[in-house]
Amino acid sequence: MPMSYYLILSAAMFAIGVLGVILRRNPLVVFMSLELMFNAANLVFVAFSAYHQILDGDLFVFFVMTTAAAEVAVGLALMVAIFRAKHTIDLDEMSMLKG
Amino acid sequence: MDIGVLLVYGILGLTVIVSAIGLIVSRNALYSALFLVVNFIAVGLLYLALGAPFIAFAQVTVYAGSIMVLFIFVIMLLGAENLPLTEPLRGQRALGILLVLIFLAEIVLYYLLRTTPLQAIPIIPQTFASPAEIGMILFNRYLLPFEVTAFILLAATVGAILLSKHEGPTRPKPGIQKPETPVEG
Repeated sequence: MPMSYYLILSAAMFAIGVLGVILRRNPLVVFMSLELMFNAANLVFVAFSAYHQILDGDLFVFFVMTTAAAEVAVGLALMVAIFRAKHTIDLDEMSMLKG
Repeated sequence: MDIGVLLVYGILGLTVIVSAIGLIVSRNALYSALFLVVNFIAVGLLYLALGAPFIAFAQVTVYAGSIMVLFIFVIMLLGAENLPLTEPLRGQRALGILLVLIFLAEIVLYYLLRTTPLQAIPIIPQTFASPAEIGMILFNRYLLPFEVTAFILLAATVGAILLSKHEGPTRPKPGIQKPETPVEG
């Protein structure tokens, strides 16, 4: 398969992820869109790793995965804590610091 | 190129794009999570096609398995499936779509302005990204990042426990007598 197939697919996935982060107000969906963007970057890593026949790209995907897992654990715990304090997780309601 | 190969890659690409769009447009957060599982599995198949079986199976077990279980657990715990889709700021949606289109145009422009054109992906040897090879490079050249990752995961675990630890009036301290204690809640 040509390299451009993977690049186009990854660019589309990343753009859809950005759109989800910008447009949605449910923080859970925003988190999922972030995971989508991680995934788009991972796809390019693996594709270029196969293209150049160098294994380092695959290792970066491994590290990105573990970091994403850590990020999701902390983020979801934060969300549970915010829900306990404010009884909503609507992103627009989190404006306590607004002047 | 063979028509069957084209068909397989076309269906895979379509699955990735359609599930990604379904993720951001579906009203219910639970449906979004299930769309994301479909997306992860399709991308995992693409990893398999790119000759990276270890990454593909790590993707399916870590992402489509554990991370999505965490997501669905929190969605059901909070009961926050349905939030209104109304736009709070006027023109936010149009502006967001415009910005994303500019971003896409930027990527395409960068791709078109490359000095060296991209060739097709060469034939990947059988043992290229096998688990044995990954393990050799992971525990030799990337040993320090591997250990740092362990600390990141430990910090995330401790942080998650601290953040979600319940501190409230539900558990009365010993010595303080309340006239009547609620049975539940």
